[in-house]
Amino acid sequence: METAELTQEEQFQARIDADVRIEPKDWMPEAYRKTLIRQISQHAHSELVGMLPEGNWITRAPSLKRKSILLAKVQDEAGHGLYLYSAAETLGASRDQMLADLHSGKAKYSSIFNYPTLSWADMGTIGWLVDGAAILNQVPLCRTSYGPYARAMVRVCKEESFHQRQGFEIMQTLCEGAPAQKQMAQEALNRWWWPTLMMFGPKDADSPNTEQSMKWRIKRFTNDELRQKFVDMMVPQAEFLGLTVPDDKLKWNETKQGYDFGDVDWAEFWDVVKGNGPCSRERLQARVQAHEDGAWVREAALAHAEKRRQRAETVAA
Amino acid sequence: MQETHTIVVPDVSAEVRQQLLDYVLQLADTSLILAHRLSEWCGHGPILEQDLAMANISLDLLGEARSYYQYAAELEGRGRTEDDLAYLRSAVEYRNPLLVEQPNGDFAHTIVRQFLYDAFHYHLLLQLQAGPDQQLAAIAEKSVKEAAYHVKWSAEWIIRLGDGTNESRRRVEAAINALWRYSGELTTPSATEQALQQAGFVPDYAAIQGQIDEHVARVFAEATLPVPQGVFMQKGGKTGRHSEHLGYLLAELQYLQRTYPGLTW
Repeated sequence: METAELTQEEQFQARIDADVRIEPKDWMPEAYRKTLIRQISQHAHSELVGMLPEGNWITRAPSLKRKSILLAKVQDEAGHGLYLYSAAETLGASRDQMLADLHSGKAKYSSIFNYPTLSWADMGTIGWLVDGAAILNQVPLCRTSYGPYARAMVRVCKEESFHQRQGFEIMQTLCEGAPAQKQMAQEALNRWWWPTLMMFGPKDADSPNTEQSMKWRIKRFTNDELRQKFVDMMVPQAEFLGLTVPDDKLKWNETKQGYDFGDVDWAEFWDVVKGNGPCSRERLQARVQAHEDGAWVREAALAHAEKRRQRAETVAA
Repeated sequence: MQETHTIVVPDVSAEVRQQLLDYVLQLADTSLILAHRLSEWCGHGPILEQDLAMANISLDLLGEARSYYQYAAELEGRGRTEDDLAYLRSAVEYRNPLLVEQPNGDFAHTIVRQFLYDAFHYHLLLQLQAGPDQQLAAIAEKSVKEAAYHVKWSAEWIIRLGDGTNESRRRVEAAINALWRYSGELTTPSATEQALQQAGFVPDYAAIQGQIDEHVARVFAEATLPVPQGVFMQKGGKTGRHSEHLGYLLAELQYLQRTYPGLTW
């Protein structure tokens, strides 16, 4: 077929298939744009909301060194949020609108941040497991078809890997520490294990967007593939730490060279996605309140900038 | 992240060394408590960029606090660590001035507290880095770069809020009215500081007061805000007589170390 006879959509798909990056000014199907805005903004919102469960422990971190690391990490997350909002803006979305969608509950964020952080060990578990899961999701996104998103992810992944190692190190310190510390680590793993497996999203059979996202190379692996990789990667690490994964169906499968594992509680998953997670209301409320309480500050900054602009014009004239 | 270079303790009498320890703890406590307050903003700031800025300043101050505590531990010479000093001292042993332990309040309160402290801190560090104590000079040399950034940030916000909307002006004025009374303590020397001023270890506050006043007046003028006059100044933090806020702050900060003493985290 001659190139001239290809529709815009076919030309677009041909570029995707040839692994050519799509850039902001390129033509793209409206559904591709919308899917990406949804995914990138959700990703940005997750960074923003994700500051809360860890921020919860900054004032209580047990040593100055740990406190510094945690603070630096949460600062990185704010930075990731900024990269991602910028990437989404290249698709024509406005940050104000994206935030309005977050605050109204229309836009989602990662379900994991709707769980409470109840002990210091949760800081280790979040770094080790949650950031570990995020990395598995995000490393393939460094090769995603949309250029600005892929480039944002390269920067995000570098910092995430660092956070993940730090989280593991917290767990290791606890597991090599006093019995009370080891118990704290195990108890945290018990609470976070299943919610982390849920981070990969619904089963492939229940994930209607997957096929199209894979065809557009927004996604590179299916939810179940990534979940399997995660379990295969994390079980030996848990063993190394001397911790027990809270899954009595977990068993090495020689034939598939991977672990068989129990089924996620999908009823819980959908409850959390629908806004009924243990901290869903608190997280959203904290974000809405920060935004509302900060309105006068943003207005002041705008008013002052406008005054400056007018003064500069007066001087120029 | 322990300091890799060796800490140099000056060759002074036991008495001066004790005074120096008290002063270094005051510097450490001040940075730690203000870092703590700023970190409470994490995830709750008015806009993501300012969340980031406050976390950044908090992190700088925490780094500075750690350097001072490590030096204090060395001066004390009892084998205590930075964490022992931060986590196992009670409110009456803390030496931070009252200003930095004041609650965050709204963004205007946080900004006014920050600016009043930054203006002092910046001019203090300029002096300390040229002082006779090698270790303090080294910490100050690193920190003054950060403090220059902090004071730029907080001054810009004083200006935005003062010369922004009616609402922001009302709020920043309320914050100045609430916090100004704690600014005098920063440059009112305690007995320890007086003794160390004579020995040259603590800068002459009377000399930097002029620079601080000039800095504040310049920023307030640009913010179209009047500089308060004749306000009664509260003090006590530097001698361990704090406001009622510090006890709660330390309860939160120290609880894990207090619950599980002597462990590694």
